[in-house]
Amino acid sequence: MRLYRKYFMIHLKSIMEYKASFLFTCLGQFLVSFNVFLGVYFMFQRFSNVEGFTYNEVLLCFGITLMEFSLAEAFARGFDMFGTMIRKGEFDRIMVRPRNEIFQVLGSHIEFTRIGRILQAIVMFVWGFSVSDVHWTPSKILTVILMLAGGTMVFSGLFLIYASICFFTVEGLEFMNIFTDGAREYGKYPVCIYGRQVLFLCTFVVPYALIQYYPLLYILGRGKTHYALLPVAACFFILPCLLFWKIGVTHYTSCGS
Amino acid sequence: MRKYLAFFRLRFSMDLQYRAAAFAGVITQFAWGTMEILMFRAFYQADASAFPMSFQATASYVWMQQAFLALFMAWMMENDIFDAILNGNIAYELCRPINIYRMWFARSLANRFAKALLRCLPILLTAMLLPAPYGLMMPVNPEAFLLFFLTLLLGTGVTVSFCMLIYMTTFFTISPMGIRMIAISGVEFLSGAVIPLPFFPDKIRHVLELLPFASMQNVPLRIYSGDLTGACMWQAVFLQVFWLAALTLAGEFLNMLAMKRITVQGG
Repeated sequence: MRLYRKYFMIHLKSIMEYKASFLFTCLGQFLVSFNVFLGVYFMFQRFSNVEGFTYNEVLLCFGITLMEFSLAEAFARGFDMFGTMIRKGEFDRIMVRPRNEIFQVLGSHIEFTRIGRILQAIVMFVWGFSVSDVHWTPSKILTVILMLAGGTMVFSGLFLIYASICFFTVEGLEFMNIFTDGAREYGKYPVCIYGRQVLFLCTFVVPYALIQYYPLLYILGRGKTHYALLPVAACFFILPCLLFWKIGVTHYTSCGS
Repeated sequence: MRKYLAFFRLRFSMDLQYRAAAFAGVITQFAWGTMEILMFRAFYQADASAFPMSFQATASYVWMQQAFLALFMAWMMENDIFDAILNGNIAYELCRPINIYRMWFARSLANRFAKALLRCLPILLTAMLLPAPYGLMMPVNPEAFLLFFLTLLLGTGVTVSFCMLIYMTTFFTISPMGIRMIAISGVEFLSGAVIPLPFFPDKIRHVLELLPFASMQNVPLRIYSGDLTGACMWQAVFLQVFWLAALTLAGEFLNMLAMKRITVQGG
């Protein structure tokens, strides 16, 4: 933990050397995800509900999903640069150090400009909370916390897979974006609106529905009680991801340089 | 003119080499398109009467948008150009007896056309095979198809000339990131990439349709799906020509200013 704090400070100091650029990029990040919100807003100017979800309920859903994604992104986006890292042979350096590899990759790259997005997530989250007509009870608040934890785990797992693929292909694969950025983009609506097949995929293959749709139903008072605990199940998604990473590491052959 | 054609050809054939990347792109775009259409379906089922276009037209809009993504996406800017301005490599380009603005224009056009050419066919073919309301429909009539093609070219021109303005501002600001991101997110939203323009409330839509951003993907995609016809269509085409001329002139003007005061600081 102390080491991570050190990594954190180093990155913070280096970014602060370029303050204006940093601020603009933050603003840009903020605007980019603000677009998604505007899209939702204008759709609901026209339609009163979608699959029985009202505007306020969708906002809550969007806020939570964006928050899950941003939390995962803030910590695990180091994997984003992993392709470059392998190509440059920097991973060799990491492997000879007596520390966990994942931990070092995470520390190698911390994106502070994502603060723009996190800020947006917080705003949406708080707003979604305040406009929702949910009667909040301790168990529902606990569910939200579980959702955030589970969601961060699932998205981190996806970033981990994204990086592990680089062991085999050297290049990051563009189509993985569907699972990370795509999930953020389309996670603005509860996944059930995309139809039964998509819901099925999102329940059993990549457990988006477990961190978004089912617990949301519980919070809105429409689902069964055990739905509240499904985010815990989603946490197990990280296990196969870790396994895949381990396989990748043993498979790793250096690119040299 | 011949010089710029040569730049166009060079870049075009270079981009055609990246076929594996194009393949990955096709899969990605297909998945995005599917999700997008499923989303619109949910809204359609919720309240069909509030839907501003026919569902078939919306599906066609989405598929065409995915197929020709490379032509219209503002974020597909050329990092080479930014790098050249930032690290001083621009000095080499300046030695050549050419107009930098036109050269970059030709290169950007070539880049977009090559990428789109590699990606559009598989998407279009698959989308046509999909069952009726979800797939890509045939063009309404031959004239519409012809006009679609023409406006597609015009729209690409407007997009490129807008991107050129951003490259040109880099000469004055040096750090492009901020302006770039703000401009990109603005274009995304105002051009109908997030949700098609007809989905906006009427008052806002009327204003948006006059802006240069509406002249990018909005016009060709809606002409193809038969959503834009008659006098409105001709007005839109006229606006496209107008914005293309205006943005290009503005770009050339900025280019002239930049060339007067440019200093390359060693390197």
